[in-house]
Amino acid sequence: MGTLSIAMSWDDWLTLIQNFLLLSAVAMGGPLVLLPEMRHLLVDTHGWLTDDQMSASVVIAQAAPGPNVLFVALLGWNVGLNNGSYGWAFFGAAALMIAMLLPSSLMVFSTARWIHKNGHKPGVRAFKQGMSPIVVALLIASGWTLANTGTSSLGDWPFWLVTAVTVGLVLWGKIHMFWLLAIGAFLGATGLLSVA
Amino acid sequence: MNPPQDRVKSNADRAKPESLRELFVFFSLLALQGFGGIVAFIERGLVVQKKWMTREEFLEDWAVARTMPGPPAINMSIVIGARHFGVIGSIVSVAGMFLVPTGVVLILAVLYAQFNDQPQVVDALRGMGSVAAGLIIATGLRLLTALRSNVMGVTVCAILALASFVLVALLEWRVMYVLLLLGITACGYAYWCIQTRERSA
Repeated sequence: MGTLSIAMSWDDWLTLIQNFLLLSAVAMGGPLVLLPEMRHLLVDTHGWLTDDQMSASVVIAQAAPGPNVLFVALLGWNVGLNNGSYGWAFFGAAALMIAMLLPSSLMVFSTARWIHKNGHKPGVRAFKQGMSPIVVALLIASGWTLANTGTSSLGDWPFWLVTAVTVGLVLWGKIHMFWLLAIGAFLGATGLLSVA
Repeated sequence: MNPPQDRVKSNADRAKPESLRELFVFFSLLALQGFGGIVAFIERGLVVQKKWMTREEFLEDWAVARTMPGPPAINMSIVIGARHFGVIGSIVSVAGMFLVPTGVVLILAVLYAQFNDQPQVVDALRGMGSVAAGLIIATGLRLLTALRSNVMGVTVCAILALASFVLVALLEWRVMYVLLLLGITACGYAYWCIQTRERSA
């Protein structure tokens, strides 16, 4: 997928890192929300990545075990590859991943510490209690959205069935979640789900 | 909801991570199991397996992790690490989340460049995606039970949760707007409930 060949100066790298430091601080609800901004920066404005590399990075990070935010490391990896070597790829992956995590992590760390110290204050308790039902709903909503991804037509009902059965098995069954994923992969690979 | 004094007492004899190593291993294993969303595995690991916190406490911390910038699961690991071992705890937890998975994802990126035209690969990923969706929904449903002790009462919680779900999942509102609109309303109401309860107590 690497067909682009670019030559980045240190100033370019600095621009890239600065942009991701900024994105980190505003990444409410997770970095995937910022995908359009990243595409604009990397593909449209500077031409450091191709569109295909952009989408492949997201797909791979979601398919892989581990945090989905690793797609940012893959973006950096691909920019580095385009820049000519695996050395740059490692550098790009590390630089973007750290830039993406550092500001938000510092904010979370200091907030969590403050909240823990002031946990008895009515304002802090009101925040936690008030936000609770909403963040639970957001969680269910993100599962809903994930179930909808790639299941556009009614012929995709087997995928919905898998989701529904999974919910039932997690809530009332004893089977380990890892095996459910393995079974899902197996059913998909054998083509059993793509009946339509 | 218990008064604060009771909670402090129950915290003292709760299970907790014994070492940084245990923290690192815990989050590494979580990250490696977590396909399509680590949250399902975090909740199970912290509440059911390790018993480092109750479901109610998990939800309170999740509320913080989810409303701050950054990936919620990573934020959660920072919160847990900080609680038990301070700065070092947070760094070790995040390192656990990233060290091994980064290696795996880079290997997959190299492999994917060769196999991305295989339909089996694409279909297997779709199958896993459907399961991952189910894991996340089930975790959310399980966390709903933790709302029973919420200071706002079950009915108000149900209305808030339902409204948030409809706005985000069905009407596709930006999450930020929902957090602002419903979040501020809910926090205000929760504040009022807490004040009223304390006055009558």
